[in-house]
Amino acid sequence: MKDKYQKVAYYPGCALEGTGHAYNRSTKAVGRELGLDLVEVKNWNCCGAMEVKNIDPKLQTYLSSRVMSIAVNEMGFDTVMAPCNGCYHNLKKAEYDLATDEDSAAVVDRLSTKAGHATYQAGDIETIHALDWIMHSIGEDGIRDRLKNSLQGVKVANYYGCMYTRPRHIFPEKDQGNGSESTSEPHFMDDLLAAAGAEIVDYPLKTACCGGAHTLSDCDTSTKLVINLLRAAEAAGADVIATECPTCHSGLEMHQIRAEKRYDIKTSVKILYFTQLLGLALGLKPKKLGIHENISDAMEFVKERRLG
Amino acid sequence: MPIHEKSLIRPENLQTHDELVLDGVDVSGHWSTFIQSRVVTDYNEALEDEIAGLPGGEYIHRCWQCGSCTNSCTVNAINPDFNPRFWIYLIRMGMEDELLRDKDIIWQCVSCNKCTYACPRDVVPEGVMKATAHWLELKGHRPKSPSILFDEVFSEQVFATGKIEEGRTLRGFFKRSGQPLMQDWLVEMVKRMIRHLPLKLLTAMGLANLVRPRTRGWGPARAAIEEYVHEQEAKQRQALGLDELVKAAERNVTARNIADAAE
Repeated sequence: MKDKYQKVAYYPGCALEGTGHAYNRSTKAVGRELGLDLVEVKNWNCCGAMEVKNIDPKLQTYLSSRVMSIAVNEMGFDTVMAPCNGCYHNLKKAEYDLATDEDSAAVVDRLSTKAGHATYQAGDIETIHALDWIMHSIGEDGIRDRLKNSLQGVKVANYYGCMYTRPRHIFPEKDQGNGSESTSEPHFMDDLLAAAGAEIVDYPLKTACCGGAHTLSDCDTSTKLVINLLRAAEAAGADVIATECPTCHSGLEMHQIRAEKRYDIKTSVKILYFTQLLGLALGLKPKKLGIHENISDAMEFVKERRLG
Repeated sequence: MPIHEKSLIRPENLQTHDELVLDGVDVSGHWSTFIQSRVVTDYNEALEDEIAGLPGGEYIHRCWQCGSCTNSCTVNAINPDFNPRFWIYLIRMGMEDELLRDKDIIWQCVSCNKCTYACPRDVVPEGVMKATAHWLELKGHRPKSPSILFDEVFSEQVFATGKIEEGRTLRGFFKRSGQPLMQDWLVEMVKRMIRHLPLKLLTAMGLANLVRPRTRGWGPARAAIEEYVHEQEAKQRQALGLDELVKAAERNVTARNIADAAE
């Protein structure tokens, strides 16, 4: 267990202030319940998501580096936690580019100097995902010890998406054996929710793509990809798809509705953030976890299964 | 069959004869389909350099055509014409006309990075797809795709305020791409949201529409970013020789005007 994750800098990102509001809420609530401290990065900016890199990849590197610079240079943290896959991915990518590419480092230095803040230096801070944060500070045993309302009987398909594991080279800590996270078969969410009592189904599409980058600009492609994800989860017997990314989560919710309206394909699998499921197992009330704020309505399901 | 010969067996290159005798031998029946021979003369020898001059295309020269990218591709699985390996081949061969046949689907890459994960040569095919999509638009082969319009609406917001507000991005995108905001599925989504979302959250969302979220002290960063963006645009124009193209076109017009006046 890593004690240093007990108190970390928190980078929620734009989505968690909008459609991913419930993820923000449930992450904070679970952290509080587990005795973990989150200190929000001051005056943070957008990481560039999936879009700015298509205008210029080095600008995306700068945007992410500014967040890391504030967390380390102005707030004195050595760890920053991002629950959003997009933010997490971009900070990791910036870390990799700054360590390996002189041109990127030069552009970031120039922009940082002009913008009036210290230039972020590769290696100064560690970026982690909400899954790393809970896995390494509390772990499976810690969850079992604190279990108040087991998820027993709830069948869960864990969906990790693209940005949490690909491309492999920006995640040097993964695929290292000894319980480290895997890029081909990620398992942290499986492990934590299994510790919370859930029945984990075998979900072959756990790192497939939801089309999130084109969720509005190429709707038909996104809907087709989401239909695959929803149907595969139902075929695996899942009641719930657990998510760990606001873009995947709202993509699944939106295109579940779009599949119904445009293609007459109805699926009933529920979509919940892993922090919401974990929070229920820790005995938190559904409203404290923002379950009533999801677009796809799972309140009835939660009541039916006596989860909260 | 070498991958570039795919184009030889397109329907328009096939010749069928019900009755045909060649060198005194009757080859009618199922032998009667022939592939027309062709000669390719219109190579664009600069094509690979042009793609490599755009962000993401830098490593295209490393490709050894193993096909891992296409094999792992998310979009290829739903549209077999979406073929990164084939396009990388065409670009490296300079077969611009062949590449242009697929100009309307290349932008559909969803950036899932499965290709980049699978590539044994670190070509970063995802980057090559973005560079190629960008190239098609810069060269005027097609109008801006919905994807780049979305990227632009999104990035402009980030550069201006440091943050985005999703409602504003959505409305801005639909406006710029000329789509109605009242799409059946969006209306249905909002209906379902209103049905159970707490009033407090709906009010907060409404407020975010009125008061743009912004990063405090963003001004200097904005100025630095905008300066950098202009520089990069100029560099890309240079890499593709766009300024020369425009000048040549202007010279042609001037020459024609002078000729017209002389007549």
